[in-house]
Amino acid sequence: MLTKRIIPCLDVKDGRTVKGVNFVNLRDAGDAVELGAFYAEQGADELVFLDITATVEGRATLLELVRRVARTVNIPFTVGGGISSIADVSALLNAGADKVSINSAAVRNPDLINELALEFGSQCIVVAIDTKAPPAPDGGANNNKSKKAPIGGWGAFVHTHGGRKPTELRTVEWAKEVENRGAGEILLTSMDSDGTKNGFALELTAAISEAANIPVIASGGAGTMAHFYDVFTTGKADAGLAASIFHFKEIEIMALKSYLHERNVPMRMTR
Amino acid sequence: MKTVIIKYNAGNVQSVMYALDRIGAAYLWTDDPAEICAADRVIFPGVGEASTAMQYLRERGLDRLIPTLKQPVLGTCVGMQLMCRYSEENDTACMGIFEVDVKRFGQTPGLKVPQTGWNNIFDYKSDLTTGLPDNAYVYFNHSYAATLCDHTVATCDYVAPFSAMLQKDNFYAAQFHAEISGNAGQTIFENFLKV
Repeated sequence: MLTKRIIPCLDVKDGRTVKGVNFVNLRDAGDAVELGAFYAEQGADELVFLDITATVEGRATLLELVRRVARTVNIPFTVGGGISSIADVSALLNAGADKVSINSAAVRNPDLINELALEFGSQCIVVAIDTKAPPAPDGGANNNKSKKAPIGGWGAFVHTHGGRKPTELRTVEWAKEVENRGAGEILLTSMDSDGTKNGFALELTAAISEAANIPVIASGGAGTMAHFYDVFTTGKADAGLAASIFHFKEIEIMALKSYLHERNVPMRMTR
Repeated sequence: MKTVIIKYNAGNVQSVMYALDRIGAAYLWTDDPAEICAADRVIFPGVGEASTAMQYLRERGLDRLIPTLKQPVLGTCVGMQLMCRYSEENDTACMGIFEVDVKRFGQTPGLKVPQTGWNNIFDYKSDLTTGLPDNAYVYFNHSYAATLCDHTVATCDYVAPFSAMLQKDNFYAAQFHAEISGNAGQTIFENFLKV
């Protein structure tokens, strides 16, 4: 049976992880390669590296990092952050990345998704969608009896530039569009949940997962093992992504997978 | 031992090279027929789309060369599909080494296409699966799959059971990405270099 995936996310800048990590058993916890290999050994199903480097020199460093990860790690990994052209994707795939994740550039130029899918195949094109619900508009009270934003209604708009810039795109509509344009997977981050440790955005994740017939990686809000259970059941996610709870060892990957396995969520329990 | 990875336009083979590096195997990446024929092992990888890959192979005569090879040949992912008779992906006639067709996954509620992630394989009948645990998990990322047939030597179930691995004479093939399938994938490459 196809298993649900547990994906640690590593933010990297100039080739090094930026969020603090406190693994005493790592020689250099800032070394993204060593940390990635550690997670793979711990049973991670996939890795995501998000590059937050802005400079040209930093991009060259990223390629070298991708090469080192690909040489070392024997599970799939995705690279995202600042990717905006066929040339960017080609360089990353040739360096050994298995998939790339595009975000702002896809919103700016949706045709890029089609071009990348045609050139490299849908299976390696992940579209990251950062989404956020605006505060309820005053008129909303008249039109909506519930205070909760209707999914795909005035709630949950796509944001770009690391969630700083709102767009007019409704999240569910955009998810369907990226699928139709050839994306192979959606990495969905709820900006409202991100960093809260109060759980994933279940209703939104389920809505996206039902609207699009491509896998959905849920991101943002993981704080407990139960949150992962919820996102795989109620949220209908295909994969769950988290960063700090893994980096700070609040949750160990194999313990999480055992917890889910015992509750009949399909998990890869071997390495 | 001389191992050749066939060079063609079907995408990223870097992961395959690194997987061979990790088990200490030397290789050459080439589309030169003489080099391919002279190799002890031939790996035919592939990601991407079937019809453009077949077109490239035809332009270089590789579609006729590959079926005549006598040494062990391992096709992976799209490489495996091109070794079959026909692929529904853009109505593509393939090399016909394995007498089986490649079909798109049918629509089933809750089962996303492409199949993306780790799934278990079973009913092993191959030298390449020696040493694998029962129901080993390997990494799949595909929308098309070969149906079950006489050459099926490992099965996977997604929408319906399909051929995870095929084997006929000196030809071996795996639908999954052994190069990024953890320890299980590494075992399969090691076995291939031993057969």
